[in-house]
Formats: sequence, structure tokens, C-alpha cells
Amino acid sequence: MLKANGLWFRYGRRLPWVIENQTLAIAPGERVALVAPSGRGKTTLSKLLAGYLQPQQGQIRLDDRPLPSQGYCPIQLIFQHPELAINPRWRIDQSLNEAPRPSPEILAALGIQPGWLQRYPHELSGGELQRLAIARVLTPATRYLIADEMTAMLDANTQALIWQVVLEFAQEHGVGLVVISHSEALLGRICERAIALGG
Amino acid sequence: MLSISQLAIRFTQYDRGLRRKQLQVITDLSLSVEAGEVVAVVGSSGSGKSLLAHALLGILPDNAQQQGQVSFLGEPLTPERCRQLRGKAIALIPQSISSLDPLMQVGHQVQRVAQLAGASQAEARTTVGRTFARYDLPKSTGDRYPFQVSGGMARRVLVSTAVVTQAQLVIADEPTPGLHPDVAKETLQHLRELAQGGRGVILITHDIEAALQIADRVAVFYAGTTVEIAAAADFPAGNLRHPYSQALWRALPQNEFIPVPGSQPSPEALPRGCLFGDRCPQVSEVCQMERPPLRPLNQGWVRCVHAEG
Repeated sequence: MLKANGLWFRYGRRLPWVIENQTLAIAPGERVALVAPSGRGKTTLSKLLAGYLQPQQGQIRLDDRPLPSQGYCPIQLIFQHPELAINPRWRIDQSLNEAPRPSPEILAALGIQPGWLQRYPHELSGGELQRLAIARVLTPATRYLIADEMTAMLDANTQALIWQVVLEFAQEHGVGLVVISHSEALLGRICERAIALGG
Repeated sequence: MLSISQLAIRFTQYDRGLRRKQLQVITDLSLSVEAGEVVAVVGSSGSGKSLLAHALLGILPDNAQQQGQVSFLGEPLTPERCRQLRGKAIALIPQSISSLDPLMQVGHQVQRVAQLAGASQAEARTTVGRTFARYDLPKSTGDRYPFQVSGGMARRVLVSTAVVTQAQLVIADEPTPGLHPDVAKETLQHLRELAQGGRGVILITHDIEAALQIADRVAVFYAGTTVEIAAAADFPAGNLRHPYSQALWRALPQNEFIPVPGSQPSPEALPRGCLFGDRCPQVSEVCQMERPPLRPLNQGWVRCVHAEG
């Protein structure tokens, strides 16, 4: 169970609170939408949950333990722009080996061609790169996955293809999903319940 | 107004040392736009839709070679004519605020665009004032720097840059991603109004839902080719002609949410036959022999030997 208890966060001492007293709990295998108007802290909360930011108050607990401070984080965040998530100076192969390597079946299911692995990120299109960024976190070490507008830059077919693989993986391994999207149709397709931020 | 026929674009790249290789990034694009209509160009990343915009504005890099016919207002669009017309008769609405000069107030930038398009300083000032008012931008917006305006306002400023030119053809490159749904809807509405005012509008997008909200016709691109040109109404009516456009429609979350597996072929390894062949449920021997030509069908166009009326 992933639990956040009374989280408070702001980007500076004089700036307004972005996250105010936020509490939530997500069970393994659950699929939850995170909804709020733009600018109300959806992305900030995602970064807190995945350990990119530290809350000023409150705790995040995974199975009643704090998140590990080093090593692979079992809560992984996927961004909208894969260009910002993959080291531009490494070949793709090296990026895939950074964490436990995803299985060949996952790579094949995402339509990743072996030739892409020897390239640098700038030699691939946005859609190709996002498939790789997602493949990288579909490993047994991932317990929760946060998808922040994960497919907003992609065409409808690539979007459906990626979600098919992610949903299958999540079901098989009991991975909990937190989904942020501007598309209500997409959230309706994927999620079982919604958490309204600030509510 | 605009007619593009069999456009092809090739890049020359250095491979190893001085060995050169040719990269065929656009194989065969065709498209036409009439005054008063919105034509959406829909496709995944790498399908060649942004390169099309670059070709129309004559801003392809030096290592690109272009073939095929492009004509604008009845005359061929040569590189010189491109240079003369861009920013005047053909205008681009760029994708993001980062296309504006960060060190110049937005009012000055839009005014400069109007002046470069031929207006006098006084005329340009009036036009900018009128355009900002039309898009509900407060008077003070003109004095702001790009970083001081919100995403929605920035979008209206970018639309203004195209409006003040009186351009007959407006190209909008991915105007909606990253925008709040309400702002996205408003931006699309502005494009629709430009067409109602008699201009031709090309809407480049990967978002088929956005395209269908305002487009009259939709051109579907795949791996540097036009695979289908359909009326927007053909999508919900189930009258699509090409298996790829059908797949795109089926893959929407409000429809079946079922994808076709695989990925678009890379320009380095284009198959001999149909470019969609390796993912197509209807593929046959004929498809793998040679690439099908674009042919008219049911008041639209399709590049598939199997499509029937």
C-alpha cells in the first residue's frame, strides 16, 4: 500500500503552498486518476510521491516504510516529454541497463526495434523515445507507476498500444497506477476511481 | 489555393568519414487547401507533418533536397517565391511561446510582424490594437515580455502574429498540446474563425480529436506519405478508406482503444511495397510488390489497393 499522510509542499518559504495537507492511499494493482484544474499541483504531487521532491511536512510510506533514499525507487514517474528523462549522451542501450533490464517480451510488445538501442536519444522520434522510457520502468522492481500526461504527445494508435502494454504489466505484477491526463475519455478507460486534489 | 503533389524530401547525411547517405524522410505527400477551409494534417511523430510546414515556408535545412510540385494561388511555389511570400501571404502559427523573442515586448513583436508584411508603422499599431482586442487580450499585454504572459494568452498572441499579416494561408503547427482543455478549444475556435474569414488553414496535429473539432477535411500521414484524405465527417460515420486511418479512429479511448501493433518504418529501412504493409491486417502479396499510388475514392483519396467504394 502506498500512503501519503498530511503532505505539505511549497517551492520556497515565501511562496504559496502548492500541496496543502494532502492525504491519499493507493493499493497494489489499483488504477487511480489524479484530477485538478491546471496549476493546482498534480505534477508536484507526482514528484513528491516518486521521491523527486521532499515534502516540508508529512510522510510518504510504502508498505509502512519510508521510500529508499538510494537505489531504484519502487515508485516510478513517467513524464510527458521523454527527451527530459533519458540521458542525451548515452546510447539507448545504456539507459535501459541503468535499472534492471526490461524483458525482451516487453520490448517487443512496445514495438521497440533492436536497431533503436544503438542510437542516441536525438536520433529517435518522440513516440519512439517514450516507448523506451516506459520499457525502462516496466521491471519487477517497480511497484507503483505514476503517468503524468504520459501519452499526451502521441498519436491515438501509439497511445492505445502503450497503455495496452502498461495495463497488462500492471495487472500481472500488481502494480498500482496513478494517472494524470487532460483526456476524460482516457481516464474513464483506464481508472477505477479518481482522487480530486485539494479535496 | 494551395496544391501539393507528390512532394518528396531527402536529407543528405555524413555517415562515417566522408561517406554520405541519403535519408528519404518524405516519400510522397499530396494535399490541397482551398480558401475558407481548415485542412487538418494528422499523423504520428516522424510522419513528416512538420517537415511539410517547413517546406511550405522554405525553411528546410541546407542538406535537404525537395522534389514534386507545389503551387500556391495557381503559380509554382519556387524557393524565391517562398522567401517573398512567407510572413506575408503564408503565415505560420508556431508551436510554442519559445518562438517569440524573450527580450522584446510582445506588442512590439506582433507590430513588427505587421510592418514586415507591408503595413506602415501607424497602420501596424492600429491593427495590433484591434487584433489584441478581438482576442480579449488586455491593453497591457502588449507591454509584457513573453515570460510574463500565461499559456493561454501566449497562444492568443501567437494567433495574432498570423492575423495581422492578412496572410491567405495560415499554418498552425501543433497548437494544442500542453494546453488546458478550455484554452485548447478556444485556440481551435480561433483557427476556425480564420477560415470563415476566407483564409485557408492547415492544422498540423497528432491529436485526431482536436482535428475533428474544426477541420473540413483531414489528411492522414504515415511514414512520409499521405495515406488518406477524408472529409472530417467520414471519421464518425465509419467511411474511412485506409486501414491506418481506421486504426487511428479505433484506437481512441472513447472508441475501442485497440491499437495495431508495431511501429512506423524508419526512413533508413523503408520497405519496397506498401509502407503500412507490416502492420496491416489486409496485407497481401500485391502490397509487398510495389507502393500503391494515391487514388480518388468516394470524394476522397486513398493509398491502398484494397479500399473499395
